[in-house]
Amino acid sequence: MNGFLIYVAKRFGQLVFVVVTGVTLAFLIAHFSPVDPVEQTLSLVTSFGATDPRSVEILRQSLRELYGTEGSLIEQYFLFWGRVLRGDFGPSLSAFPTPVMTIIGRALPWTIGLLTLATLIAWVVGNTLGAIAGYFRNSRAMKVVGLFVMALQPIPTYISGLTLLIIFGFLWPVLPISGGAQLNLEPGMTWAYISSVIQYGTLPALTLVLVGIGGWFISMRSLVSNIVTDDHVVYAELGGVPSRTVFSQYVARNAMLPQVTGLALSLGNVFGGAVIVEFIFNYPGIGKLMVAGIYAGDYSLVLGVTTFSVIAVAVAVFLIDITYPLIDPRVKLG
Amino acid sequence: MFKVLRDLLRYNREFLFGSLLIAIILAVVVASYFAPYDEMMTYAVIPDMPPGSEYWLGTNSRGQDMFWQLAASMRNTLIFGIVVALISRVIAIAVGLISGYVGGKTDQAIMAFNDTLGALPNIPILLLLVFVLRDQMTWPVLALTAALLGWTHDSRLIRSVALSLRTREFTRHAAFSGMRTTQILLREHLPYVMPIVFFTTMNNLIWAIGLEVTLSILGFSDINRPTIGGMIYWANAHSAMVAGIWWWIAVPMVAVVMLFIGLFLLAMSVNEYIDPRSRLARMGA
Amino acid sequence: MTEVLDFKPAVTQAQDVLTIRDLKAYYVNDMFGVRREVRAVDGISLTVRRNEVYGIAGESSSGKTSLIKTLAGAIRPPMRVVDGSVNFSFGDTHIDVYAEPEKMKAARWQNLSYIMQGSMSVLNPVRRIKHAFNDFAFRHMGLDRRAFRQRVESHLQKLGLDPNVLEAFPHQLSGGMRQRVTIALATVCEPEFIIADEPTTALDVLVQQDVLGLLKEVQARLGSSVVFVTHDMSVHAAITDRLAIMYAGRLAEEGPTQAMFDNPQHPYTAHLIASLPRIGDVSTRKSLAGKPPSLANPPSGCRFHPRCPIAIDRCSKEVPEMLPSAIGGRVACFRAGEVAVK
Ligand SMILES: Nc1ncnc2c1ncn2[C@@H]1O[C@H](COP(=O)(O)OP(=O)(O)OP(=O)(O)O)[C@@H](O)[C@H]1O
Ligand code: SF4
Ligand SMILES: [Mg+2]
Repeated sequence: MNGFLIYVAKRFGQLVFVVVTGVTLAFLIAHFSPVDPVEQTLSLVTSFGATDPRSVEILRQSLRELYGTEGSLIEQYFLFWGRVLRGDFGPSLSAFPTPVMTIIGRALPWTIGLLTLATLIAWVVGNTLGAIAGYFRNSRAMKVVGLFVMALQPIPTYISGLTLLIIFGFLWPVLPISGGAQLNLEPGMTWAYISSVIQYGTLPALTLVLVGIGGWFISMRSLVSNIVTDDHVVYAELGGVPSRTVFSQYVARNAMLPQVTGLALSLGNVFGGAVIVEFIFNYPGIGKLMVAGIYAGDYSLVLGVTTFSVIAVAVAVFLIDITYPLIDPRVKLG
Repeated sequence: MFKVLRDLLRYNREFLFGSLLIAIILAVVVASYFAPYDEMMTYAVIPDMPPGSEYWLGTNSRGQDMFWQLAASMRNTLIFGIVVALISRVIAIAVGLISGYVGGKTDQAIMAFNDTLGALPNIPILLLLVFVLRDQMTWPVLALTAALLGWTHDSRLIRSVALSLRTREFTRHAAFSGMRTTQILLREHLPYVMPIVFFTTMNNLIWAIGLEVTLSILGFSDINRPTIGGMIYWANAHSAMVAGIWWWIAVPMVAVVMLFIGLFLLAMSVNEYIDPRSRLARMGA
Repeated sequence: MTEVLDFKPAVTQAQDVLTIRDLKAYYVNDMFGVRREVRAVDGISLTVRRNEVYGIAGESSSGKTSLIKTLAGAIRPPMRVVDGSVNFSFGDTHIDVYAEPEKMKAARWQNLSYIMQGSMSVLNPVRRIKHAFNDFAFRHMGLDRRAFRQRVESHLQKLGLDPNVLEAFPHQLSGGMRQRVTIALATVCEPEFIIADEPTTALDVLVQQDVLGLLKEVQARLGSSVVFVTHDMSVHAAITDRLAIMYAGRLAEEGPTQAMFDNPQHPYTAHLIASLPRIGDVSTRKSLAGKPPSLANPPSGCRFHPRCPIAIDRCSKEVPEMLPSAIGGRVACFRAGEVAVK
């Protein structure tokens, strides 16, 4: 149990380290940008019509406070941290005066749902197929699957997404290609709404699954074909242990360990993929929010979403990391 | 080196096929230097012509010949990828070799930094940068940023090899005979890590090009400069699919798939060549 | 090779548990058009009898592990059995290992068990020891779970292990304990035949004594046959009844252990025995001149000839056959028996 605590403490230290680096980076990028958010916002506001200079000056002052661009660099830095810790990124400009955090809160469940589901499906299916392909290296069926996956693997998110969009949006329009759920339905625990969410989520999720499966398949297959020559596997086969047990308990269980770490490491990329998928399918999650914020020139929204997603990814990585000892007794028991 | 290449071409079907795809793409890139009109020009040819004998890959709604557009885009996209890969290679090799050679606490500190940087999600950070820089975000700036984000994984791989070289006889020998550290690293250690460097370069190219295409599709790069992602961006902006001009979107998609599969096959076969264990697996039975 | 049966010592067929005939197993590497063969087992014939400890000795890389992997049907690519046969006889069951893999599979752990070289890594790192016993032995014992557990516990106790190790993971045990666990695992089903590859090499001397004693005791109690592999001649002297000496993938000599130590027939055997440390002997033992042979490209004629102190012309041209020796064993040497032990 002691080993477990030390392990968790270490991982937590890493989490803090990553979050501090990410937040600092976001702050520095925003601070040293040649664009002054206050002036940018002002020009955006004033472009809607003539505003008298005095009220512009008042607005400028309050915007400075809002964006925390007053005081020395250090003061601004700590001010920024204060806001990050409070989860207060100010009001969104494009949806004034809704707080950025409220908008993020609305988008968050969509992204979490989509990503969790798609990532888990890709991980489970990719690893299962990869393990089978690695263990039964001479199976014809697995060779065909392998060839298929190899062709699929290098195809990037946007190509898979666009292809699915074209197939199911234009050639054979059976699935919705835009949005998170049917608009005229009241969100809630009704069957109509849930089935609509599932329908709308199918193509985005399928894209992420197709993109994700290949990597897991290939790495698992090579892990397994290495592990089958490990002493403990050879020994179990020599011991006449039934093939099913050898495969599941001796081969797959050991090959799974690096794949859990791999899952944690891949989350950053998975999130990047989600941005493009949400954009392609107009899915109402964090990624689309970020892109929309950039299009709308919404400074506080973009800074807020970026900072938030850096932290969220780090926390997700941490959560996966601390499940690792549950499957590897060498870590748990020190 | 030449013999290795010949062996790979002769005995490794993946390598052969990958090389073929890349050769086609390089031929297209070379063709871009013989374009009949400036690549930035619009309405140079009759718009919306389907692929045929006159316009091999058709023309788009902006009056551009898709073939010449593709050639210029492929060139620009590849150059971007290569620049990113080169810069990040230099960083990865330097960090990996030094960290592995020094070892101990310094190595641990470098690797902690390395992993932290690697754990940050790239896309949000890049998007924030794109947002604040706007028009100043030219492709060289983007390339530099991508290179600064994309070396951490490879430096770790290189470091693990360098770590094993550290205790070898020849390293002690070289250090004893008064060779300077930089000399030891460059002359003695670098050759050992070159195979991994080659393998990671392929993967890094794929990653960098993917990044560029992603940002271009979103419209976050210089959209007037032809790139693969830019082609898709314009096709989307003109609702090419709805308008029935399918080749506008199909051409860049097929091209990028060819490029990625080509690079991927090269990376896989080279990796197999380096790693004796997967050689065994390949022999099967 | 029709005369393979000729060499057999005067032992009735019924006593032979294991019969190997002209066995050849190579590591074949085929990559980028270059074929490389390592002839790790190159034409070996031998028999192992009931209730004996049969030793196999030889320097590192002489092919000891390859030989016993082949006889246990444990080969993996790139290794291939090129020629020959391996037969086991357990009571009325006769198994041709490479012709009847299913029968062989059924016999594993029931009749035949194996202690692998490097037993440190043969236990699954993510499962408890008790699961290893369940997986390997439960099927063969015909007991219910509780009785099985009791049986395993008492077996462990007989081997000086606390039954609590069943709840441990391999990484929690010391090297000596792990080695004992693998011996317990290999003997719990009381098999007629046990193959042990360097079971004591990684252990320190005291633990080594314990483990050897243990193995010998189990063997004597069960009346089983043990094939015992080690490069350590003193271990052979202590534990084996008969001994085979391997050199470069072939047998050099085979015979009753004691007689071989007293009167080695092959110059290589003589060298191995002479290089054993002896109490009171302060002279430095000279090692063999020359390099160990390459198994990819072995020397012509007698494989030992480049290093043999008494080699003659014929040795580099003809391959010496295994023929009955003066001490009731077999030897492959044109000048057999002409070596004097110092
Ligand atoms: N997987 C392999 N591929 C190619 N050659 C191999 C392989 N495994 C072993 N060999 C070679 O086969 C020969 C015999 O090896 P083996 O392990 O049988 O020797 P050994 O007598 O058991 O040695 P040791 O005392 O070190 O255990 C050696 O030359 C070795 O290099
Ligand atoms: S056959 Fe010749 S070379 Fe071989 S051991 Fe005998 S004497 Fe030496
Ligand atoms: Mg061995």
